[in-house]
Amino acid sequence: MTQEFINLSYVVAAAMFIYGLKMLGSPATARRGNAISCLGMGLAFVVTLFSNEIIEYQWILIGLVVGALVGAAAARFVAMTAMPEMVALFNGSGGLASLLVGWAALYSSDGSAFTSTTIILSVLIGGLTFTGSIIAWGKLSETMPSQAIVFAGQRVVNGAILAAIVVVSIMFVMDPGAQSPLLYTLLALAFVLGVMAVLPIGGADMPVVISLLNSYSGLAACAAGFAINNIVLIVAGSLVGASGLILTSIMCRAMNRSLANVLFSGFGAAKTATKVEGEVKPISPDDAYLILEAASSVTFVPGYGMAVAQAQQAVRELGELLQQNGAEVTYAIHPVAGRMPGHMNVLLAEANVPYDQLVEMDDINPRIGSIDVAVVIGANDVVNPAARNDENSPIYGMPIINVDEAQTVFVLKRSMATGFSGVDNPLFFGENTRMLFGDAKESLMSVVAEFKD
Amino acid sequence: MEAVFLTFILVLSIFLGFELISKVPATLHTPLMSGANAISGITIVGALASAGSGLNEVASLLGGFAVGFATINVIGGYMVTDRMLSMFRKKDSQEANK
Repeated sequence: MTQEFINLSYVVAAAMFIYGLKMLGSPATARRGNAISCLGMGLAFVVTLFSNEIIEYQWILIGLVVGALVGAAAARFVAMTAMPEMVALFNGSGGLASLLVGWAALYSSDGSAFTSTTIILSVLIGGLTFTGSIIAWGKLSETMPSQAIVFAGQRVVNGAILAAIVVVSIMFVMDPGAQSPLLYTLLALAFVLGVMAVLPIGGADMPVVISLLNSYSGLAACAAGFAINNIVLIVAGSLVGASGLILTSIMCRAMNRSLANVLFSGFGAAKTATKVEGEVKPISPDDAYLILEAASSVTFVPGYGMAVAQAQQAVRELGELLQQNGAEVTYAIHPVAGRMPGHMNVLLAEANVPYDQLVEMDDINPRIGSIDVAVVIGANDVVNPAARNDENSPIYGMPIINVDEAQTVFVLKRSMATGFSGVDNPLFFGENTRMLFGDAKESLMSVVAEFKD
Repeated sequence: MEAVFLTFILVLSIFLGFELISKVPATLHTPLMSGANAISGITIVGALASAGSGLNEVASLLGGFAVGFATINVIGGYMVTDRMLSMFRKKDSQEANK
């Protein structure tokens, strides 16, 4: 195959990625969009495989077989609740692949400053994406503690690592070589930086980190594209880079925090919220049933707790019963509910909740006053009215779902523990709030049982 | 010139990416992420060239590993995205299925 034909095919592949992403803009066409993007990948793969440059196949075959088996098994068997850690691992593997491509490119590099710089970039970004993703995986799967890990002098250490990376990179570009000890130093520094970057980030900030690592995995591919002069890598890599950055900024906005604040602060306890006092009014499933039965509009507000309690099926069942009972049922989803962007939506979709019942925060808030019952399931900070009222609260200013304005609020909660940010939630003491204590799934099941009787 | 040309492509693609992605609704953010992740597996194209060029043994070995990791990304990413998207149903079609 001639080089022209290959490049032409790359253009077609890039167009297919773009069109595929465009079709991801609506749930109705998203699945086809993904298939088109996949075909584009297949095309790029096949024309490269049969190009004249490729003369040996043994390493390719081994890599393909092993990678395909691992990837397919992971995609097929992972539980939907484990999706965040899975995406983290995929990000990591993409970063590692770009690192290796950059490294291998050193063996055929022309040694120019431009090529060496791009190689270094792909190695650095790829390396930090890899170890950062491993740490993110550890936190998400709770293989390691999910809280922010902060220690004295962290910023100084990170600053020193960054400075070292800059110095060593410059030295390397002046004297590049595939076996240069400078390269190994850079590899090590990138790995350490990835670990250090994700350690100080706590569980509930994970949506930001995952989006950011997603972006990095694209940027690493992009840098590798520069290193080997390949257009399709640059186009696809920058699309992914842009996508991750947008998600990152949406997540930050939904928490009313800057990216720098999320990355470096480890969620500070700088401010102490005004202490909330009042009486908590518990409710039994029987009474909850009576109120729900009389309600004509109900909205469910899920949070990470729903994923932990695996309560999504029970939620859907209750939702269907309420609908048969004549109530209008919606599911209000905060952008940062859960551990990754869109986490709650996927869980509810898996439980067979139609996506047209899922509403975003900005759609539900204006009409929440007319909702009879808001059922909060395992969400805390994203429904905390202190974010609106209490200037001393650490989460002050964060946009929330204003469930406290609904006629009645049920909060399903295991106990009176505070949310991730450790902030008291005045919602629990609200006049119209009833606490349904216990495991979310069991509580819901007992309400469902009441309905069926 | 080559460098300028590639940077030109980079800048255009980033703008295009911003345009495309900002239209994706929040409901689809997870599949978007895993789908984008699969696209970042495009590194496989670079990996193939390193693994099969036969120029240097170490480069081929590095390329082979790169092929492996990129394949995990591509196969795993597209499959898991499809699996997720197959679960997104509209109300009407859900009832039609029953």
